[in-house]
Amino acid sequence: MSAATQDTAVSTGSFTRAFLYLVLILFALFYLLPLYVMGVNSVKPLTEITGGNMMALPSVWTLEPWRQAWSTAQIGVEPTGLKPYFLNSILMVVPAVAISTIVGALNGYVLTKWRFRGDTWVFGLMLFSCFIPFQIVLIPMAVVLGKLGLAGSVPGLILVHVVYGIGFTTLYFRNYYASFPTELVRAAMIDGAGFFRIFWRILLPVSGPIAVVSVIWQFTNIWNDFLFGVSFGGTSQPMTVALNNLVQSSTGVKEYNVHFAGAILAALPTLLVYIVAGRYFVRGLMAGSVKG
Amino acid sequence: MAASGDVDFRTRLQDWLPRLVLAPSFAVTLLFVYGFILFTIVLSFTGSKMLPRFTWVGFENYEKLFALPAWNTAIVNIAIFASLYIVICTAIGLLLAIFLDQKIRGEGVLRPIYLYPMALSFIVTGTAWKWFLDPGIGLQQVMRNTGWESFTFTWIKDADYALYTIVIAAVWQTSGFVMAMFLAGLRGIDNEILKAAQIDGASNWQLYRRIVIPLLRPAFLSAFVILSHLAIKSYDLVVALTGGGPGRATEMPATFMYSYTFTRNQMGIGASSAVIMLMTIAAIMVPYLYAELKEKKA
Repeated sequence: MSAATQDTAVSTGSFTRAFLYLVLILFALFYLLPLYVMGVNSVKPLTEITGGNMMALPSVWTLEPWRQAWSTAQIGVEPTGLKPYFLNSILMVVPAVAISTIVGALNGYVLTKWRFRGDTWVFGLMLFSCFIPFQIVLIPMAVVLGKLGLAGSVPGLILVHVVYGIGFTTLYFRNYYASFPTELVRAAMIDGAGFFRIFWRILLPVSGPIAVVSVIWQFTNIWNDFLFGVSFGGTSQPMTVALNNLVQSSTGVKEYNVHFAGAILAALPTLLVYIVAGRYFVRGLMAGSVKG
Repeated sequence: MAASGDVDFRTRLQDWLPRLVLAPSFAVTLLFVYGFILFTIVLSFTGSKMLPRFTWVGFENYEKLFALPAWNTAIVNIAIFASLYIVICTAIGLLLAIFLDQKIRGEGVLRPIYLYPMALSFIVTGTAWKWFLDPGIGLQQVMRNTGWESFTFTWIKDADYALYTIVIAAVWQTSGFVMAMFLAGLRGIDNEILKAAQIDGASNWQLYRRIVIPLLRPAFLSAFVILSHLAIKSYDLVVALTGGGPGRATEMPATFMYSYTFTRNQMGIGASSAVIMLMTIAAIMVPYLYAELKEKKA
């Protein structure tokens, strides 16, 4: 609503406006193209794709590629379909998102309402950890996971994602709580409320929006991760790694329709989150880039 | 004595509680981030092959690294890829943001369409573009079927052009996000300034070139930092789209590090390549984060 009144005051002629719409619509088609290609080819028999009709609607509609991708396709050496890997991803994502968000909330609370000497340094060190290339930690992480007996397991992946996720979740909650009036916290302290009581009663009830941002950001990042999954997944590989194995497999006929169905399956959870809560998704992206 | 000691303990606990709550996260960061960085740096000076071994070899790994054709290919590739990716994403993002800002009907429909690729993983993006650009079944075949018999588009199979297909897919994935950043910047500009300039007789072109774009400086900076950081880390997209090929045509530092460390058993060289990657990112991120944190304090 308010966005409309903030538009720039530039006035344009009708020819220019037609041009604007043309460019904007062409770009929209460009962004939709891969989604269309995946969707339309995942419900076609393979012969229609190899026959060179990738852009056409199916002449025979079939859900067989979806069934195969889900339960019978060859992933690596086992004909298990993507189902077990989808489950791995769920088992990994849910605890990792929950833990990193809760820890981030507590950290943000301490860093804004219980400030101490050197807290900016602590935060700075945690913040930088969000931006390291993860290649720098792959080797020692492999060693440590091996020592802990967590290599190739879902708990191992949860640990990795929590460790490298708390930087971002702390950033979100810190920036959000920074604008919450500290006087209210002081008043509660004078009334004798303790550390956890203040958090539980005063800050948590207003944390809804930022919690949604944090959950969506973590969910998207962890679900979409490939590097950690392929390095430490072992026999508990997540969905992204399984999809890559399916698509890159060099044996037999390339079943493009099954690949496309698998790709949509891998994309579905994050896509659904985006459709349901796109507004928060964008806000999370912005908060991660423009630290305000 | 006992009672007062107890009260003392409780108030002291209250004093220390915030720091105790933060301590595990900080300890984990110190160990898993900074400790691990140190570990990798140390490894890069050792003769480690398949497993970490602590035989000091000085700068030998770095000398070997920069003598390797594969690493030099990776450096050239990342330079070309990152420049094109950053420039094209910024250009498209700015263009779309400015166009969308002209009281466009249907903005609410267009914006989510531009942004949704950001919700997909690079593996999904790579799979979609890999087959769409495949000469046998994708774009080339489709154009030929419509009657344009001589249409040729074999970039993804061509060692000289495969890198540009990675640029296409990466731009497709992130340019909408850059648009959102610029749009937020545009919406933050005070309309009165623009109206005043218009009264002074500025044309639309001058308005944007002289006033709006300079005011978007912070958005440009954020876009640059985020995009360069994404470019250097790019691993999944290369794996999914080209697998580093054809041959070694699309090798990047991230794929190089992985293959030398885990499949070629040259851990020392792999570690030194990771150190170079970290130093590159740190050179961009540290001044940026420092400025951001300092600004907050002031």
